[in-house]
Amino acid sequence: MAMRQCAIYGKGGIGKSTTTQNLVSGLAELGKKVMIVGCDPKADSTRLILHAKAQDTIMHLAADAGSVEDLELEDVMQVGYAGVKCVESGGPEPGVGCAGRGVITAINFLEEEGAYDDELDFVFYDVLGDVVCGGFAMPIRENKAQEIYIVVSGEMMAMYAANNISKGIVKYASSGGVRLAGLICNSRNTDREDELIIELASKLGTQMIHFVPRDNAVQRAEIRRMTVIEYDPESKQADEYRALAKKIVDNDKFVVPTPVSMDELEDLLMEFGILEEEDESIVGKTAAEEAVA
Amino acid sequence: MAAMTRDETQALIQEVLEVYPEKAKKDRAKHLTVNDQSVEQSKKCITSNRKSQPGVMTIRGCAYAGSKGVVWGPIKDMVHISHGPVGCGQYSRAGRRNYYVGMTGVNTFGTMNFTSDFQEKDIVFGGDKKLDKLVDEIDTLFPLAKGVTVQSECPIGLIGDDIESVSKKKTKELSKPVIAVRCEGFRGVSQSLGHHIANDSIRDHVLHNRDTDSAFESTPYDVAIIGDYNIGGDAWSSRILLEDMGLRVVAQWSGDGTLSEMELTPKVKLNLIHCYRSMNYVSRHMEEKYGIPWMEYNLFGPTKIAESLRAIAERFDDKIKEGAERVIAKYQAEYDAVIAKYRPRLEGKKVMLYVGGLRPRHIIGAYEDLGMEVVGTGYEFAHNDDYDRTIKEMGNATLLYDDVTGYEFEEFVKRVKPDLIGSGIKEKYIFQKMGVPFRQMHSWDYSGPYHGYDGFAIFARDMDMTINNPCWKRMQAPWQKPAADDASAPVAASA
Repeated sequence: MAMRQCAIYGKGGIGKSTTTQNLVSGLAELGKKVMIVGCDPKADSTRLILHAKAQDTIMHLAADAGSVEDLELEDVMQVGYAGVKCVESGGPEPGVGCAGRGVITAINFLEEEGAYDDELDFVFYDVLGDVVCGGFAMPIRENKAQEIYIVVSGEMMAMYAANNISKGIVKYASSGGVRLAGLICNSRNTDREDELIIELASKLGTQMIHFVPRDNAVQRAEIRRMTVIEYDPESKQADEYRALAKKIVDNDKFVVPTPVSMDELEDLLMEFGILEEEDESIVGKTAAEEAVA
Repeated sequence: MAAMTRDETQALIQEVLEVYPEKAKKDRAKHLTVNDQSVEQSKKCITSNRKSQPGVMTIRGCAYAGSKGVVWGPIKDMVHISHGPVGCGQYSRAGRRNYYVGMTGVNTFGTMNFTSDFQEKDIVFGGDKKLDKLVDEIDTLFPLAKGVTVQSECPIGLIGDDIESVSKKKTKELSKPVIAVRCEGFRGVSQSLGHHIANDSIRDHVLHNRDTDSAFESTPYDVAIIGDYNIGGDAWSSRILLEDMGLRVVAQWSGDGTLSEMELTPKVKLNLIHCYRSMNYVSRHMEEKYGIPWMEYNLFGPTKIAESLRAIAERFDDKIKEGAERVIAKYQAEYDAVIAKYRPRLEGKKVMLYVGGLRPRHIIGAYEDLGMEVVGTGYEFAHNDDYDRTIKEMGNATLLYDDVTGYEFEEFVKRVKPDLIGSGIKEKYIFQKMGVPFRQMHSWDYSGPYHGYDGFAIFARDMDMTINNPCWKRMQAPWQKPAADDASAPVAASA
């Protein structure tokens, strides 16, 4: 089977890294060879697989060595739980330099050094919350990720973000093969969350590939820097991630998304009671003005 | 060929514009015009300082070129760091021929290239720490440097490095000015914005440094030369004339200039501006803040020199007025001899110019002193106040072209058939291969100076040796030659 490259996007703090590592453990359990490429200066995309605080990143190692040309693949790649290969692009502290360029440099390095070998079944890119510049779109440009999964929940901002990311995918879908492969609902226990995400998915022209319920097992495992499947393989939550992994293996629903307008999205949110009907008469009115009226 | 009429020139512009797509044609039409001396404001006839059209060959530079290359670069006793990847500094190093006196690498640094040589890691992690270290190294290796400027290349602006705070910190640590200049190349439409940004940084970090210091003893005759870059020694051949007439030149910017001279400039009585385009901003500032009047002058060719010296003298007492007359008289025999020698060889020759800040109008008088006529002129990066000043200098029905494209310039030359073109290095070889005599008028083609009476003699010699060079009669291969040896026109038939 040819190598499949998948990118995980979604609002910051939604649980992309946790979901990615847990589902990758599920894939590894199924005997798949997987590599995770962390594309976030925070470098927290591989800690559960490696049982480490933060992996040495490509960009930091490059800075120490002089330049990225001075590095070898084995310097930057580590192998963790169930043979999962891990690399982190790395980048600057917040507020300095150019993190996007770090992602571009790191991925180019991996390509040149032959990190994408034929043995691999899956590569997962775990990307910083917001696609703030071209660098963070690198994983979905030509010859990279073909499948995109968006991690979302029933919260308003998470859904806004999912819609915006879909807009970005449309742009790259027209020039290459990148497709939206599904929404992963990482539940926040909001009302009718599954229905809402299924509805959003259908509006975007895709599917909710799996509903991951909220479970403290995830946190318990995370404290131990482990995935649920490794920490407590018998738990119910471990089965949820196994189910997600299975669905991704079998997934063949790859679409060019149909992002919705702001109004449509707000209508949907109102329908589910997440957003109140807007009262146009109060827009731009100060408290004093309202008191007079 | 006789001079073209107004209608003919207008028709030529139309014909040249014809090949453009509709949108480009509309835009370029605004930048090309037939000169009409009766027009008071150039905005009525020509548009300038606009973004160049994509796809044309523009000759313009960038904001970094305007700041590092033009305004700051010639300040000889400071180190100017080309902050960013190595190319911008290295490929522009020492190309402008700003002469200076000093020991390069000891107390002057004009022709050296200082760069932070950005690598991937500097882009990703930011270059502020590297800059900090670099400034320390400069201070250790070159202790006689009076200060440092940080000339930003494009990536500095893109990655948001805080060069201002680094500069502030180093200024304090080293007790010498370290000045951040935000002249990223992508800013503005040409090098012109770089001049402005550089002027502003001089205003903010240099001019006020000696405001509270009264140690400087001034005289009523103190002036500053501003906007002379000492190309091939221009400022030197200008300065001696001013000093000869009794003035004291306190500062000379920025050709052969120093930080200390810039700091003393607010103490002079009159600022003399040669390149108005690149230095008018700081001159206006000194007028507002210190009440120092400024005036433009022109030291190309004896007519303009005499006019300018007299106009400058008008601002002073009789002693200086007499001084001006004495200087003009002193050199008269010399420049009369130059004209007597070269005018017969150059009379009636037609010139087209396309240069930068002031030369497209300033040199016209020097050509006219030699009996030549400028039939077309234009600027790379002028604003409308430059064209206001140009309309009166050019004859009626001559061509004006702003930010001319490679194509337009070639077509104009084919039709106007000038005897000489004065422009830059990018144009030089094209026109020479077309068989047209050419002078590189940015760096004086490795010659100069051209300013002042001494410069005029060199100017006249250079124009003669270019136009009357026997090579132009050898443009055709012997076996293709027509029977009569002298029949070849300046523009080769194959052009």
